Amino acid sequence: MRPLPVLGAALLALMLVSVSVGAAQVDLRTILSDHRAMLVVLESRLPRTVAVVLTGAALSVAGVLIQALVRNRFVGPDTSGTAEGAALGLLAVTILWPASPLWLRMIAASAAAMATTALFLAVVRRLPVREVMLVPIAGLVLSGVLGSVVTFVGWQSDLMQYVGTWLMSGEFSGVISGRYELLWFAGIAAALAWFSADRFAILGLGDGVATGLGLSTAAVMRLGLAVVSIVTAMVVTTVGMIPFVGLVVPNLVARIMGDNLRTSLPVVALAGAVLVLACDLAGRLVIRPYEVPAGLILGILGAVLFLWLLHRRPAHG
Amino acid sequence: MIQIDGVSHRIGGAPILHDISTRLPQGKLTALIGPNGAGKSTLLRLVGRLEPLQAGRITVAGHDVATTPTDRLARVMAILGQQTAIASRLRLSELVAFGRWPHHKGRPGSVDRAKVTEALDAFALTPLAGRFLDEVSGGQAQRAHIAMAVAQDTDWLLLDEPLNNLDMAHARALMRRLRAMVDGGRSVGMVVHEINYAAAWADHVIAMKNGRVVAQGPAGSVLTEDLLSDLYDTPIQIGEHRGRPLVLHHC
Ligand SMILES: Nc1ncnc2c1ncn2[C@@H]1O[C@H](COP(=O)(O)OP(=O)(O)OP(=O)(O)O)[C@@H](O)[C@H]1O
Ligand SMILES: [Mg+2]
Repeated sequence: MRPLPVLGAALLALMLVSVSVGAAQVDLRTILSDHRAMLVVLESRLPRTVAVVLTGAALSVAGVLIQALVRNRFVGPDTSGTAEGAALGLLAVTILWPASPLWLRMIAASAAAMATTALFLAVVRRLPVREVMLVPIAGLVLSGVLGSVVTFVGWQSDLMQYVGTWLMSGEFSGVISGRYELLWFAGIAAALAWFSADRFAILGLGDGVATGLGLSTAAVMRLGLAVVSIVTAMVVTTVGMIPFVGLVVPNLVARIMGDNLRTSLPVVALAGAVLVLACDLAGRLVIRPYEVPAGLILGILGAVLFLWLLHRRPAHG
Repeated sequence: MIQIDGVSHRIGGAPILHDISTRLPQGKLTALIGPNGAGKSTLLRLVGRLEPLQAGRITVAGHDVATTPTDRLARVMAILGQQTAIASRLRLSELVAFGRWPHHKGRPGSVDRAKVTEALDAFALTPLAGRFLDEVSGGQAQRAHIAMAVAQDTDWLLLDEPLNNLDMAHARALMRRLRAMVDGGRSVGMVVHEINYAAAWADHVIAMKNGRVVAQGPAGSVLTEDLLSDLYDTPIQIGEHRGRPLVLHHC
């Protein structure tokens, strides 16, 4: 059973379901003649579906990259200070220039995410290599501290409702045409990473091997940092951070396919898209006509999956 | 030739290497010997530009390691460090294939594939080629790392304790392979702890202790009873076996 076609088929099926399911009744077969149905699909259902797919795929790829950068499987863009950094950047630009244009917010979010992720990398470099569990702990501590700063500033400036949508919800119910297109940047950044897949795989072998093979490790680190930060910043800006995807999906795929990223990155992207779309669909179906945020479902499912992974991982992992 | 001139090195303020000047001759198998902590790995890492040079100058076949672009150096020398424990989950064939990366940068050709196949075969890894690195034994993983360095197919091959974890048969196979490479015009520098491997296979020996080179020269002139007893602070006798020195240190 080859993972790529299987996941591709699963994703297509889920996308079809996602486009058909919602508050309004839409029959896909009559969509061409039914103007109202067409409008619902084009303005709401399709954008939402695409947003979910882009988010899941890009966050999972970002997870692979951050794990290669720190050479540790137990981190993700949601536990390395990246999301909190993006929120901090958004907060700063909102306070300093409330009427700032969207592109400036994007840049602020990406730049701040880069700064805090670079801080995480610098901290990790100083940790003893053998202490595998120190890296995720450092990430959680950093995320926690930055999260508190964001919350504090949010309270002080009366912007808590924004902070909530950036860091806590992770839901797609607000996605309509015109309100999700930033996620394409996340998708493109993740897709571009594939062209450097070999470099990231070599970086994952350690500084010694990477340098021996003539890789400029600093340049690859910068590239990875940029992709992880941009992906996370776009997700935080548009739908709010989705937990666990970037942590769990890379681990599951690596178990089956290993770390040859050139062949595994597309699988990671598809698997991430499938997982988040399945969670979003479940969230839309369990208490119809109300919704449970996809981020909430992933929070529960991801935690279970993560515990299972921790348990199964061999000691030298 | 690898030329080392006036190299000193400190780690966190502590002096590790003291003004080392020596050379590894071209077309020879050079063994670096000395007690634990002598500075052998540090020196090899400096030569392999895995550590930035703090003082002095090192050239490999005329390339200054401090100024030559790192990807250019990767086509001149391959280096295998002492610590090879990695968390990466690659198949052995994929790991060895990365040895060709400096040459093809992501677009392997038929030459690259042939060299990978040959390296896998040379280290008896073909039956294990599809296994993951974290699912083979320590010696098998070590052989895969050596095979990667060999597949890199450079004029210079630097190995830090490659015999670690290898059983007798594979250790001997490795030494034969290195010998053949040297006889074919390549140059090899390796850190060796089991002194008899140096005695049996090395052309040139560099002995280090406390961050200094204490002796260097042809194997026969360095591997003497006095010198080795001093070097390791332990009584050592030397016999002879098939015309090569045999170091006796077990009782
Ligand atoms: N990261 C480090 N921090 C502090 N000291 C170090 C570090 N790495 C090595 N040293 C010290 O540098 C000295 C030389 O170490 P090196 O690894 O070069 O020795 P070696 O000759 O390769 O020893 P071995 O035979 O045990 O491999 C040792 O005294 C060691 O304690
Ligand atoms: Mg050593």
